[in-house]
Amino acid sequence: MIIQVSQLVIGAVDLIAAFLFMYGLKRMSSPVTAGSGIYVAGIGMLAAVMASFLYALDVETAARPYLMNNIGLAVCALVLGGGVSWWGGRKVAMTAMPQMVAIYNGMGGGAAAAIAGVELFGGKVSGMTQLAVTLLGALIGAISLSGSLIAWAKLDEILTAPLRFWGQQAFNALVLLGTIAVGGYIVFILQSGTQPLLTMPHLIMLFFACALLFGVMMTMPIGGADMPVVISIYNAATGLAVGLEGFVLQNPALMIAGMVVGAAGLLLTLLMARAMNRSVSNILFTNFGAVVQQKQGNIKGSLKPAGAADAAIAMRYASSVIVVPGYGLAAAQAQTKLFDFVKLLTASGVKVRFAVHPVAGRMPGQMDVLLAEAGVPYDMIFQLDDINEDFKDTDVALVIGANDVVNPEARTEKTSPIYGMPILNADKARHVYVIKRGQGKGYAGIVNPLFYEDNCNMVYGDAAAVLAEMIEAVRGLTKAAA
Amino acid sequence: MNFTIEITGFVALYVFMLAAFAGWVIIGRVPAILHTPLMSGSNFVHGIVVVGGLFALLNASTRPEQIIGFFAVLLGAGNVAGGYAVTGRMLAMFKPSIQAPTTVTKG
Repeated sequence: MIIQVSQLVIGAVDLIAAFLFMYGLKRMSSPVTAGSGIYVAGIGMLAAVMASFLYALDVETAARPYLMNNIGLAVCALVLGGGVSWWGGRKVAMTAMPQMVAIYNGMGGGAAAAIAGVELFGGKVSGMTQLAVTLLGALIGAISLSGSLIAWAKLDEILTAPLRFWGQQAFNALVLLGTIAVGGYIVFILQSGTQPLLTMPHLIMLFFACALLFGVMMTMPIGGADMPVVISIYNAATGLAVGLEGFVLQNPALMIAGMVVGAAGLLLTLLMARAMNRSVSNILFTNFGAVVQQKQGNIKGSLKPAGAADAAIAMRYASSVIVVPGYGLAAAQAQTKLFDFVKLLTASGVKVRFAVHPVAGRMPGQMDVLLAEAGVPYDMIFQLDDINEDFKDTDVALVIGANDVVNPEARTEKTSPIYGMPILNADKARHVYVIKRGQGKGYAGIVNPLFYEDNCNMVYGDAAAVLAEMIEAVRGLTKAAA
Repeated sequence: MNFTIEITGFVALYVFMLAAFAGWVIIGRVPAILHTPLMSGSNFVHGIVVVGGLFALLNASTRPEQIIGFFAVLLGAGNVAGGYAVTGRMLAMFKPSIQAPTTVTKG
């Protein structure tokens, strides 16, 4: 009786949780409702975790003597893992968000692989389908774990140079095939009952070792700039692994949540790749990011430096300004200063908007988060498609710490590595000011002809210092008028 | 009454298909402004794996199973807590203009 009640409660709670996850994700897809979306999903998660302790009422006979022990371990693991992660998540700087998401994602993949490990080592999986699904989930989860860790190390700049060697793709394919072969062998042994070459635990360990190695080898050659797309792929992969292990454990909540994330993550990956004008296979297998040697023949005009104060006053008397922020702004930690300056401009009647390129920042959408952190309301932030036509009717475009995303070569220069990438039409504005640390090139190592245009002036200096000077200039003007 | 859940063969495939379709549709029209929080939000959702980890750990009967099960719960809990913390922080930052200044108009 009590067992039936616990089954009923778990079933009902998991059903509600699965609904809340989907409803929460749906709410998260609009800035107006997003904040409550994560809350809704969080309630579902909390309820599901609490309810799963009812599993203790109905454990396998073999596990009964260890039950108190296992409950203790479970509580310890929840408190320890949850506590450390929560603390890290509350503390991490918004600029370090991509690598943090990578770690959390790796953890999820690791958990899915570990579940498969328990089922395999405990000999609890029976039947061809169950075995194959367990191993597939384990493979994907393990790849996601080790791959995410490498992605984290790259984004955190612990690993800087991509590792590439001759025959790498053939080697990687061999590792993957080897892993699948070991997995197939495990299925064969367990199904046919023949004597294995190695003991079963050793075979399982070999399988996991190969899968982890493949995750590392697959991620090593990919450049740091492409890591966000890679994380997104691993996010989808972890979802898939969770869904597969959910089937093994006969838990529909895991199946649904995992598969929803798998599909959503895949779509998100495709959207990001499209914004970068790359295909996903191109990112994974062609290892873009090598230094590009480029001729400088078609650059006309010269770089024209301007003072920060002059630029500020020009914007004060403009009627409309579009700000194009790039990662350089976040690197200089100048978002708050920028918004202070923008507030001064709007207070004196200038129409100011922010134009954010899909891949501004180091992760798609990260620049929006950084602006939001500085207090910029989301209705002032516009995406590429919504604002690109407005540049030609705008007095001033202010480009801060961005380079490749405003490079007009992407429209015209077929030989350029960024040819075809959608860019912000900052060059179409009546006047352009570019705040830049020095005369260096962008992430892709390409010269930007925009900087040499007649209507463009360069304001050299650290973004924070330049903006402070601009704020002073506009304030001084207001004081003088009073 | 029997509340045991059994999902086999084609039923499993139907569940997977419908869930995948739901995920695709739910994310379908998300604005680029929310790409980062959404990635971390979906990352939080697959943290449900911790429930599977708890099931595996509670049913563990040998030392290796207990150790691996412990790590399954540990990693799953990390996924959940961290995913919620960063997503919540990011989404809390998205605010509309308090009183829309006269000069800022929604395009």
